[in-house]
Amino acid sequence: MSVLVNKDSRVVVQGFTGKEGSFHASQMVEYGTRVVGGVTPGKGGQEHLGVPVFNTVEQAVKEAGANVSIIFVPPAFGADAILEAADAGIGVIVCITEGIPVKDMIYVKDYIKRKGCRLIGPNCPGVITPGEAKVGIMPGFVFKPGRIGIVSKSGTLTYEAADQVVKAGLGISTAIGIGGDPIIGTSTKEAVELLMNDPDTDGIVMIGEIGGNYEALASRWVKEQGNPKPVVGFIAGQTAPKGKRMGHAGAIIGGADDTAEAKKAIMSQCGISVVESPAHIGRTMVQAMGLAKA
Amino acid sequence: MNIHEFQGKAILKNYGVPVQEGLVAYSVAESIDKAKQLQQETSTGWFVIKAQIHAGGRGKGTIKETGSRGVVLAKSLEQVPDKVKDILGGTLVTIQTGAAGKKVNQVLIAQDVYYPGKSEPKEFYISVLLDRGTGKNVIMYSTEGGMDIEHVAETSPEKIFKEYIEPGQGLQAFQARKIAFNLGLSGNAFKSMIAFVNALYNAYADTDAAMFEINPVLKTSDDKIIAVDAKVNLEDNALFRHPDFDQLCDDSEEDPLEVEAKKHNLNYVKLDGNVGCMVNGAGLAMATMDMIKLSGGNPANFLDVGGTANAQTVEAGFRLILQDPNVKAILVNIFGGIVRCDRVAQGIVDAYNNIGDIPVPIIVRLQGTNAEEAKKIIDNSGLKVYPATPLEEAAELVKKVLA
Repeated sequence: MSVLVNKDSRVVVQGFTGKEGSFHASQMVEYGTRVVGGVTPGKGGQEHLGVPVFNTVEQAVKEAGANVSIIFVPPAFGADAILEAADAGIGVIVCITEGIPVKDMIYVKDYIKRKGCRLIGPNCPGVITPGEAKVGIMPGFVFKPGRIGIVSKSGTLTYEAADQVVKAGLGISTAIGIGGDPIIGTSTKEAVELLMNDPDTDGIVMIGEIGGNYEALASRWVKEQGNPKPVVGFIAGQTAPKGKRMGHAGAIIGGADDTAEAKKAIMSQCGISVVESPAHIGRTMVQAMGLAKA
Repeated sequence: MNIHEFQGKAILKNYGVPVQEGLVAYSVAESIDKAKQLQQETSTGWFVIKAQIHAGGRGKGTIKETGSRGVVLAKSLEQVPDKVKDILGGTLVTIQTGAAGKKVNQVLIAQDVYYPGKSEPKEFYISVLLDRGTGKNVIMYSTEGGMDIEHVAETSPEKIFKEYIEPGQGLQAFQARKIAFNLGLSGNAFKSMIAFVNALYNAYADTDAAMFEINPVLKTSDDKIIAVDAKVNLEDNALFRHPDFDQLCDDSEEDPLEVEAKKHNLNYVKLDGNVGCMVNGAGLAMATMDMIKLSGGNPANFLDVGGTANAQTVEAGFRLILQDPNVKAILVNIFGGIVRCDRVAQGIVDAYNNIGDIPVPIIVRLQGTNAEEAKKIIDNSGLKVYPATPLEEAAELVKKVLA
């Protein structure tokens, strides 16, 4: 079954006819994702990549039965696109757009919470349930089906982790790229919780980075639950200097709790298998699974 | 984007936040004119001369060349030029600048606000910023003004208060009152503080700021509330809504390599290590830096070539890394998702050919989309690079080339 997206997901692409939207929509279709339509205001009634273009998300929901949305619009229109999807009743909204102002995300997050829908991102690679649906921009071939879930703030580091897990002989149930912005729709803890409750997931890779307290909150939650499934954790940014933004808007060390060291210490205390080198994620997952069986 | 104190104060003033008045000067001669003008406008007798750099701790910092502090008091108009001479053009070293310090290109000539009067002046701390945990803006304030707030947080956390702002609701009247009460104010000072906090929050929200830190906020001896300093950080992602803020950007405050990187749309941060790296994606870039450290090296930089990396941007990245004389080796780590490995490979080949002789060993690890085509391009080029496929192999090669 996995989580968030599967073969029955009916995906609408917001920013469908733009360069990025077009490219990744066709990649998703090629992967086997059920893309039922796209939205580009003003281009409603046209056809693109063999599916209808709608003026509004509401139309895509009513006429094509869309229940998952993926957003590729420019940052200035990102907040509006998320709100439109939420207002139209979309259950899972995946926002790829990087650079949405924090001020916009403050009210978007508040609205999403009240609407009861799930937002993944922004500034994320998306979600993939291998063999069923890819709602994102990740290279699909890396993610072979299996029973390990991945939660990550980073794009390419997610691919790296998946590649290692697969080459170590395991596979992926669902990989969730939660995004690297200071305010994101789904926190590390919420994504880990989804995978903990998923009967098709046996182990979890949790990848974080400097800044914020999401990894600490997720780790404490895992411990409170009695560590029901093995979790392997990595935090990027051990060597990052304080006060400097490392690419992602959210990757900045403000206080002592933001550092990779502090986060890794909390993770270890909570029974998570912390890897020091990003090259050891796959290997450690195999070990953790072995220990879990014993 | 960080801006100078005088620029931050101009923004505050624009929103009705009372500030310590001042005028900026770029030369000693100008400083005299500005001091005279300030005296006419504010009738101040003393002048505070403040070095304008993008770093805190200026008051306790030292100008390398002259031994002067970064913030000094001139007790007459006549003293102004000599005091300015000791600061302007000098290199200010503070706890935040590192040993190299920062060049002072302008000074702020500010009015004296600690004049005697009916009551004792009192300093407070107020900042507005995002609380990432709750996803809300928060006003953080303390009775312990004029001190390093991190120090206050460690030694007396009970003296730091927080007021969270509900999304879509804004700062409420009761919250502004609470702040003024918690700071122990009454009478005119109480009323002035409420007006101050309201104007400050309004300025923060309207400018899409990432952080306002006013330390100290001063209650003067005649019960006015004013911002004596202003540390303002504007949110980069929101600058498109404020084209007028472009002019506030001061490239001389940034590392020259970082400024150059920006021109090529590269995300680069200069570090002090010996192994340069070029990576796609911020998370993988940080992870690669960490791996360099574990392999016995130290990262010389953070460099994310992003999702649109092509031959041009990759070549620009190489040129940036090679400008750093500390670099003894370069690790290219690309996991192809959006970015295609063959493009990166072509960039490496072109960079080699265009730059000529690259004097340091290069480890190239390409994995993901079109990795096989990429490997062919590298193999057929005849370049002297160390190829790697698993990340572990790249880590071993870093060890090897540093040995």
